[in-house]
Amino acid sequence: MVTRGFFSGRRPPSDTDARIPPGQYLEQGFPVLSAGPTPRVRTEDWSFTLKQGPKPIKKWNWAEFNALPQSKMTRDIHCVTAWTKFNTPWQGVMIDDILADAGIEPPTAYTLALSFDGYSTNVPTKDLVTGKAMVALLYEGKAITPDHGGPARLLVPHLYFWKSAKWVNGLQFTERDEPGFWELRGYHMYGDPWREQRYSSDP
Amino acid sequence: MTAEPSPQSPWQAATITRIEKRTPRVTSFWFQPSRPFTHLAGQHVDIRLTAPDGYQARRSYSIASAPEAGGGVELAIERLDDGEVSPFFHDVAAVGDEIELRGPLGGHFIWEEGDGGPILLVGGGSGVVPLMAMVRHRTLRNKAVPVALVFSARIWDEVIFRDELIGLDDRLDGFNLVLTLTREPARRPSDYSRRVDARMIVQAAERLPKAPRLAYVCGSNPFVSAAADALIGAGVPAEIIRTERYGV
Repeated sequence: MVTRGFFSGRRPPSDTDARIPPGQYLEQGFPVLSAGPTPRVRTEDWSFTLKQGPKPIKKWNWAEFNALPQSKMTRDIHCVTAWTKFNTPWQGVMIDDILADAGIEPPTAYTLALSFDGYSTNVPTKDLVTGKAMVALLYEGKAITPDHGGPARLLVPHLYFWKSAKWVNGLQFTERDEPGFWELRGYHMYGDPWREQRYSSDP
Repeated sequence: MTAEPSPQSPWQAATITRIEKRTPRVTSFWFQPSRPFTHLAGQHVDIRLTAPDGYQARRSYSIASAPEAGGGVELAIERLDDGEVSPFFHDVAAVGDEIELRGPLGGHFIWEEGDGGPILLVGGGSGVVPLMAMVRHRTLRNKAVPVALVFSARIWDEVIFRDELIGLDDRLDGFNLVLTLTREPARRPSDYSRRVDARMIVQAAERLPKAPRLAYVCGSNPFVSAAADALIGAGVPAEIIRTERYGV
């Protein structure tokens, strides 16, 4: 349905356009979104736990986690509120390297990412491994600020950005695909920006 | 759990039935959806504009009207000078135009009568819009729920819904309006003239008969960060604070 009197002054050049998923617009800034107040997690209080169901597999403190092999990922990110930001540079620990340090293969097909503030979000395990995702510790070479999820946030750049849980403190492997915080509140279980899977009613 | 494919497009045409200027920068638009729905106070809709060449722009706007209001869905849209969608509404949109709309959306920043109270609402600028839906819902459905609304605006003339809010405050029925102007002196004796801080939140909460059960904070990102810190500084537990932010 064409909107009377609306013209596309903002359509980006075609090489740029191809990197913007449907319904998104290009943002230069880095907007902040969260469901509650920003938790201030001190690194001396920080820990990260791998769990299978309720059972802990391995736990790292800040120093131990920072001693794991670190990698860099520069990716376009896509927020469900319709902004896309190009070339965001992150550094952190790939999920593959976390699993290797714990000495395990992924035990189940689904994962819940857990956060200090009680937030959670579900991601299929296959979307976290084989170089697809990390626990990020640095953004643009500097410690991630609290409003952007520091000290550490999950980075799953190929899914809508609510899947990249801020203030992450663990991954829990689950037998079934269990909805997290926003998924229980009307958002999509998978969240592929290229298929525009924003809300639970989207295919 | 798998999402069921929608039997029909989630987008629908909605007709603009009324336009009313609220402040120099904020105008309310009422939409009559072709498939009417009932929203919850605090929810938003997505709006999609389509150019003749197929280019689309979409934005989310909070609903200002109460669920039981009738007469269509009110969106209060602030003009952003560098915006793409809000200037269209302010400069082009007219009564009778059809706009594509999707919703209602959002399952977190909502308040229903059954959630109870007291509730503490804190809004900055157009961040008051979803809070207005909660205030109106409470007034139409259950005035026994005590409410304090702390509303920060730059100047008196930018206080959106000003006459309606002051009228509700004057009823003394359990709704308390705390206005604070950041660039002008206060106009009413009980109001403030500074940014929201912990002391202001403490004093606003004292107007409630007991500690708030839920708190909602909405506005620009810097406003919400500062206001949420003020709530925590005032002793409001983080678990009861829900936030909604916009902008960069």
